[in-house]
Amino acid sequence: MADDATARVGAASPATSTLTDPVPGSASALPGAGAPGGRRRNGAAVRKRLEIAAFVAPALILFFLFVVWPIVKAVQFSFYKWKGYGPLVDFVGLKNYVSVLQNDVFIGALQHNLIIVVASIAIQLPLGLLIALLLNRRMRGQGVLRTIIFVPYVLSEVIAGVVWLQMLAPRYGVIDTMLGWVGLQGPKQGFLGDPRYALWTVIAVLTWKYLGLAIILFLAGLQSVPDELYEAAQIDGASWWQIQRKITIPMLGPTLRTWAFLSMIGSLQLFDMVWILTGGGPANATTTMATFLITEGTKRSNYGIASAASVVLFVVALVLAVLYQYFILRRDSTATTVVRKKARR
Amino acid sequence: MTATTDVRGAAASRSQDQQRHGRSTNVMNGGSPLIWFGALIVVALTLGPVLYGVLSGFRTNAQLAESPAGLPDPWVLSNYSGVLSNPSFWKYALNSTIIAVITTALVVICGVMAAYPLARYKFKWREGIYMVFVLGLLFPATVAIIPLFILISKDLQMGNTWWGIALPQAAFALPVTIVILRPFLQAIPDELEEAAQLDGASRIGFFWRILLPLSGPGLVTVGVLAFVGSWNAYLLPLLLLQSETKTLPLGVADFSSEHASDMAGVFAFTSLAMIPALVFFLAMQKRIVSGLQGAVKG
Repeated sequence: MADDATARVGAASPATSTLTDPVPGSASALPGAGAPGGRRRNGAAVRKRLEIAAFVAPALILFFLFVVWPIVKAVQFSFYKWKGYGPLVDFVGLKNYVSVLQNDVFIGALQHNLIIVVASIAIQLPLGLLIALLLNRRMRGQGVLRTIIFVPYVLSEVIAGVVWLQMLAPRYGVIDTMLGWVGLQGPKQGFLGDPRYALWTVIAVLTWKYLGLAIILFLAGLQSVPDELYEAAQIDGASWWQIQRKITIPMLGPTLRTWAFLSMIGSLQLFDMVWILTGGGPANATTTMATFLITEGTKRSNYGIASAASVVLFVVALVLAVLYQYFILRRDSTATTVVRKKARR
Repeated sequence: MTATTDVRGAAASRSQDQQRHGRSTNVMNGGSPLIWFGALIVVALTLGPVLYGVLSGFRTNAQLAESPAGLPDPWVLSNYSGVLSNPSFWKYALNSTIIAVITTALVVICGVMAAYPLARYKFKWREGIYMVFVLGLLFPATVAIIPLFILISKDLQMGNTWWGIALPQAAFALPVTIVILRPFLQAIPDELEEAAQLDGASRIGFFWRILLPLSGPGLVTVGVLAFVGSWNAYLLPLLLLQSETKTLPLGVADFSSEHASDMAGVFAFTSLAMIPALVFFLAMQKRIVSGLQGAVKG
């Protein structure tokens, strides 16, 4: 995704930046600013460099200090046995990685993350698409409806999680009560207390929280499908279902694929909701890689293990991102975009 | 994320949308009752838990235990008044607000400053520096959390401070900010810059007097996204903040575990904690959506 972004911008920038030189005719002095030696640098070029440095410096410093440096440290910590105090001397090589990858809890966490990735996409994509297609028409109260759909997304995961925690409380919670109305009974320890159901309950709550985002984004994507296509299809006598299948869904492709990508990355990092609902339990049935590494790091002070887990988390995310970019998103930069751009005109 | 850069495209198609609004998709009529029925179910499922929480705050624990799904009868105000007279609640809300404001200010100021040369200056390292930020999109905060915790609490001694949370939050929000802002600044016509130069404006003068006012909508979008992120953040505050400096999400989590048996009280606390976020975010809803839309548009 990174190279795609630069490719686009790279393509766009020469046109926009040719005229940015303040002094007309001084373009010849500019290459000299970039290529050291040879040419005499005039005051304007030095001034320009200072301007650039002054403008970019705050962001770069902030970014290196709080993003790059900690990540480098995480990689470093992952090679040491370290309890969080004293000097970093106990170098253990890859031992932390071996123990993380042989740890059943971590492997379970990795599996849970992957289940959540697949389940989020498999549940929210069809459901969100169906609702978006149904709502994609002029109707009274549409604005209100869209606002309402967005509410769960706006709440923090903690607040949403606490409400669901209360609702899911065994026996006295409203969910169990409502199940009682139709003659069903929730599990004795509650849905979150029973290892068989806990993970799927978390997934259900996540679906409630994030489905609205999917619907809103799909609706936004639907807005950019040209009406002409619909009109033409209607004239040709296509049915509603045919129109959706042959026009709407293909045109929505890029939105769907990018949404799925964001959803995937988010699912791999999942922490807040699990921490609130189950804390990773019962019996590690809902641990994720993030809850694992926080537990190891802060509760057990195994900073080396925690760092190795975080590096594994990053590598998994990176590998999935690259594969996704390569096999799925790549299409968007070529065929689909061209079609859409043509269609837009 | 690929297409985050294509803000101009997004902006263009947004205005197309507005034009199209008048003759919008009336292509598929019919099935209207079905649509309404579907919409009602969606609304009920979406709002149900939120309304349930708010209503349950007006009940007593006895009422909740007797009929967990009933309506308040009689309506009880003591839970809500209890929370509102709880000084911790206000402290948490104040901390959340200050941290979110600092984060947002840092992100917007540093972001637009960095985006300006990256968008409109020509220099050797431009694409390289930009790539550093783009790659930053790939790094989940979770990966860096342990060293970040050590850096802030031990090395910088900012463990229990507003800045200790705001600085890293801003740093992690910078990549997406710059990636959204750069094309936005590039889209401002060169003619404007030339005209400003002819009138004697320096590049910095151009930045202050023309670029900043013109990029208002883009700044609001990234600002809102940063505010949302900071307001809802949990992990970093969880590790770094104690008692006096806790934010609202931490306060909610604490209250719910400390008063686990007082369900009505927890519902009241949680419902009140929702309000500031809901009001602010719903007012800014269009901005949030267009920001996200810009990030997802193909």
